[in-house]
Amino acid sequence: MDTTFSQWAWLIPLFPFAAFLMLLAFGRGQRMLGVTLGAASSFAGLVLSILVLIEHMTDGTAYYQYAFKWLHFGSVTLNAGFEVTNLTAIMLVVVTSVSFLVNVYSAGYMKDDERISVFFSYVALFSFSMLGLVLADNMLTLYIFWELVGVCSFLLVGFWYSKPEAKAAAKKAFIVTRIGDAGLLLGILLLYWYMPDHALDFVRIGNVFEGNTGVIAAGVTTWIAVLIFIGAVGKSGQFPLHVWLPDAMEGPTPISALIHAATMVAAGVYLVARTFDIFQASQTAMDIVAYVGGFTAIFAATIGVAQNDIKRILAYSTVSQLGYMMMALGLNSLTGGIFHLFTHAFFKALLFLGAGSVIHAVHTQNIHEMGGLGSKMRITTWTFAIGALALSGIPPFSGFWSKDMILHTALQEKPFLFVIGVAAAFFTAFYMSRLFFLVFMGKPKGDHAHESPSSMTIPLVVLAVLAVVAGFIQTPWNDTLGTWLTDGAEKAHGGGGLVMVISAAVGLLGLYLGWLVFVKGTIARDAVSSRAPWLVRLLERKYYMDELYEMLLVRPLRGLGLLLNLIDDYVVDGIVRAVGGTAVLFGRGGTRLQSGQIQTYGLVTLLGIVILIAAIVGRRFW
Amino acid sequence: MLSSYLTMAAILFCIGLYGALVKRNAVIILLSIELMLNAVNLNLVAFSKYGVVPSLTGQMFTLFSIAVAAAEAAVGIAILIALFRARGTVNADEYDEMRR
Repeated sequence: MDTTFSQWAWLIPLFPFAAFLMLLAFGRGQRMLGVTLGAASSFAGLVLSILVLIEHMTDGTAYYQYAFKWLHFGSVTLNAGFEVTNLTAIMLVVVTSVSFLVNVYSAGYMKDDERISVFFSYVALFSFSMLGLVLADNMLTLYIFWELVGVCSFLLVGFWYSKPEAKAAAKKAFIVTRIGDAGLLLGILLLYWYMPDHALDFVRIGNVFEGNTGVIAAGVTTWIAVLIFIGAVGKSGQFPLHVWLPDAMEGPTPISALIHAATMVAAGVYLVARTFDIFQASQTAMDIVAYVGGFTAIFAATIGVAQNDIKRILAYSTVSQLGYMMMALGLNSLTGGIFHLFTHAFFKALLFLGAGSVIHAVHTQNIHEMGGLGSKMRITTWTFAIGALALSGIPPFSGFWSKDMILHTALQEKPFLFVIGVAAAFFTAFYMSRLFFLVFMGKPKGDHAHESPSSMTIPLVVLAVLAVVAGFIQTPWNDTLGTWLTDGAEKAHGGGGLVMVISAAVGLLGLYLGWLVFVKGTIARDAVSSRAPWLVRLLERKYYMDELYEMLLVRPLRGLGLLLNLIDDYVVDGIVRAVGGTAVLFGRGGTRLQSGQIQTYGLVTLLGIVILIAAIVGRRFW
Repeated sequence: MLSSYLTMAAILFCIGLYGALVKRNAVIILLSIELMLNAVNLNLVAFSKYGVVPSLTGQMFTLFSIAVAAAEAAVGIAILIALFRARGTVNADEYDEMRR
């Protein structure tokens, strides 16, 4: 297959990598260099990705793969390389476009930060890793980049490391995702063990598992799928490893948009989609994915209702939407999952960047301390409204189409998950209207708010446009994405009118309820909290998940650590100190003998000789 | 005959050793060392006369040894005088430079 642009796809991650290296070498004190290089490299990547995508769009069977021999031991050869499929192409565009817009946005948002070039170098490193992850043609390469994005996430969450919360959040993000990574690593090892020829590339994985050929036993397949899914759970913030994602909001807001909303957290979904053949070969694994996803969707959506921090609300919303994607994948709808990933990347990045613009203006993250920003920040308000409507699933915004597709699949496959999805959609609409009305409507609570600079508003406008139109690539009447993505293999979910009406109605109902409570005041704001304070507290405390972990895991582990530390201090160090002390003691004795008195030495020598002679002579009488 | 010479040499050697290890005056120590040396010389001569294979080599060896001992004594005394000038004492206890 001749390809024009796809064979150059390996350049895409190298642009930001070059930017990272240059910033590392020359970035110190060069404030503008970071902005220029970051934007330029991501723009170059974006252009090339779009060219690749166009190539794949025009020729649905376009495919390019290249691998070189990386490691060779015994009879085993490990390859590293890249592969451009339709799925890869669309992910490339998502990552590079959001990354480019975030780079532009950060130029305004991070303008006064003294470590701005460090920030841009981290962002460039992240873009490199994420694009490498997307392009990787085998599990091992993917795993390397998978860890790299984790490191970048850690660095960027803890970017303002003088804040103790940011440090704690960075550590939490790293450790919690590490639990998932351990699962993924085990999955890869298991795969390596059982695959014919120890092949780890996606093509052969697909060949082995496709159509359940029985090369690998069913039980093993389930295990592999579940272990890979654990990796995805950690990265994509699914229950029960979702706890790190809301805390990761301590990082700079553009980072929340880029890493913790649009790209890195979607890597888990992408991983499942990439190894979809393994999951399809095991119904058990599919069910686990579907139910974990569905549960996460409703679980996080309900928490989102009771949060007061603008970024945390959006973070729980991200967790919930990722749950939707997982649910779609678990329901055997690759298109649904990737479609929602695609639209979500745009509208959630839009929402986060909008939130960043608001925070930039009012210097607080508590939505109760904001209000009446609508008249002062027109662009932010309008674009945020579009993002909120897209997230709430109001037609014709993009979120509606993707959510509708997932809900429709759910209704066909598992009606129970359909109910959960609809309920989560209702909560989503409600907390978004609560957020929107509290922040942008009502009485202003401060008069220093002003619109953000154009470097921040332009990305908002671009993302708003994308959030509106991105949904039209796959509608019930137009199956472009599904056919293209799965090569026509996936049966088209035509989409009944009923599901569309229900999901739109539920979204509108949620918005209306929010309007009644927070604008019109027909329903008192404390209607729930006065009647069932425990419920509100339960949601506010996020179902006490953090406390539960603290009690069940963190404390015992701390205790164990303390115990081990004591053992180290007293037993291990004690032995070491005893050995050292003995040597010192010997030395002291030696020094005492070393008197400098030649006659003493002579006496000792004489004694030695006498003993020697006595021994030799004495042997005769033994 | 041989054993009486050897006994005599051993007694001489022991007196020399005692002096070398116990006396505080460095000159006496030097003299004691000469005594030990001469005990050895006596042994050599005795063996050259009454040994299993008598030969003149032993006596010649002794002559060499006496000559070397004379030179050595001269050098030793010279060092001692230099030490005495530097430290103002001939007391061997106070010569503890090796310790530092």
